[in-house]
Amino acid sequence: FPGLADVSISQDIPVEGEITVPVGSHSPDEDYSTLDEPVRDTIMRDLRAVGKKFVHVMYPRKSSALLRDWDLWGPLVLCVSLALMLQGGSADSKDDGGPQFAEVFVIIWFGAVVITLNSKLLGGTISFFQSLCVLGYCVLPLTVAMLVCRLVLLAGAGTISFIIRLIVVVAMFGWSTLASTAFLADSQPPNRKALVVYPIFLFYFVISWMILTFTPQ
Amino acid sequence: TGTMAAPGGGGRNGAPAAEWGGFEDNMQQGGGSAVIDMENMDDTSGSSFEDMGEMHQRMKEEEEEEAEGEAGAGEEEDGEFLGMKGLRGQLGRQVADQMWQVGKRQASRAFSLYANIDILRPYFDVEPVQVRARLLESMIPVKMINFPQKIAGELYGPLMLVFTLVAILLHGMKTSDTIIREGTLMGTAIGTCFGYWLGVSSFMYFLAYLCNAQITMVQMLSLLGYGLFGHCITLFVTYNIHFHSLFYVFWLVVGGLSTLRMVAVLVSRTVGHTQRLILCGTLAALHMLFLLYLHFAYHKVVEGILDTLEGPNMPPFQRVARDIPVVSSAVLNTTAKAIAMTL
Repeated sequence: FPGLADVSISQDIPVEGEITVPVGSHSPDEDYSTLDEPVRDTIMRDLRAVGKKFVHVMYPRKSSALLRDWDLWGPLVLCVSLALMLQGGSADSKDDGGPQFAEVFVIIWFGAVVITLNSKLLGGTISFFQSLCVLGYCVLPLTVAMLVCRLVLLAGAGTISFIIRLIVVVAMFGWSTLASTAFLADSQPPNRKALVVYPIFLFYFVISWMILTFTPQ
Repeated sequence: TGTMAAPGGGGRNGAPAAEWGGFEDNMQQGGGSAVIDMENMDDTSGSSFEDMGEMHQRMKEEEEEEAEGEAGAGEEEDGEFLGMKGLRGQLGRQVADQMWQVGKRQASRAFSLYANIDILRPYFDVEPVQVRARLLESMIPVKMINFPQKIAGELYGPLMLVFTLVAILLHGMKTSDTIIREGTLMGTAIGTCFGYWLGVSSFMYFLAYLCNAQITMVQMLSLLGYGLFGHCITLFVTYNIHFHSLFYVFWLVVGGLSTLRMVAVLVSRTVGHTQRLILCGTLAALHMLFLLYLHFAYHKVVEGILDTLEGPNMPPFQRVARDIPVVSSAVLNTTAKAIAMTL
């Protein structure tokens, strides 16, 4: 077979070929190696990421960690816990338990989507899910306020408790708005910051109002 | 033509490159050309010639790469790198991969065509000072109605005003402990406000079309949206200070001012007395009646029920049958008395 002499490859290349091709076919295995790790490691890694983001919200500095690896676990947990705590707060519990949970859920997610669309339309550079992530995580101060309000209401429902609740809710509302503004307003042209801040203000105001007017049965 | 097709058709079945030769050339040239891209945009099926040609070309190239890799591995499969064993595994996977790429490309093309929010971008191009100026202007009626007044086609201000109205409505419903069955408070508030803004705008746009008024849909949305500023102020004040007379004063003054402004702008853009009358009468009626509805339907209905239980007539705005034990027992007593009297 004289023709095959041209086709045959020199002695060096098979060695390179053998080294490169198996490594190339092993790389999918390396990607799947996180499948083999114990479940505890996966959960701890995700929990640590969520916890780090909580810390970023409570002490809002100009870091891009919240934006870079966005995730929606934290907002989901916060939204569900807030909705659960806001339940059972009006006259009839038999037909008001359902709608209240749905109300809070819809308000938070629909409001976050609208604010994101608004900031994109105003010329923002932040992506859809990054904005959802930031807005969801900044509900954390208000969830803390809800917890405090519930504890205060356990002690009594007089004027003093109302004043305490008012102060706590207003403080947490301010914190939420400032935290989310610190992350979101940077992505806007400087003279339009007010246009982006107003819907965020309205969004957290509605949530704070729901927390403040909560009276358990 | 017969002689040309035979060598291509009767030969190998694994590499139909010769049959698609003409299209391959097209593909190489048309890869960056906008003309061919536009043609592809209309294509909704997954089996266009260009895509099939591209698919086969890529499959052939990848087969050749695999072939080189496996030939480098040596052993007995030197002559069999295009054999059935290799083909079955690699070919199936690559066909699936290529179908996924083609589908993804077409889906992203359709998405960028239809779900493009950049269509709305020019309507949000405002500065905060402009928004503030327009808010204040919406309460000042213009005097010059013989000259068409300029309406800014902007959607940011109206949208924010509608959301503010929703928030105020929610506050009003919560303080009056309105209970909505078969729905949620938030859903009712959003549905009412957005329904008014979008529905009445469309209706007025339709009337304006009938009456030959010079106004576009976006301008109508913007005009009506800014007219809601008066509603927001009125409701914000009267949901917190509960005097009916105060509400009527605000209704006339604030509602009236914003209605006058909208009416003046519309009149300046319409020709003919009858048309002006129709348009402005409808707009004024709907605007003022909406404010009246918002105040009475969502606010302190409890007072209404308790006040009118003395007389035999029930009030027309019975939006909520509030289930308080006192009220229900009082209602039961009244009904029992009425039934006893008729017997």
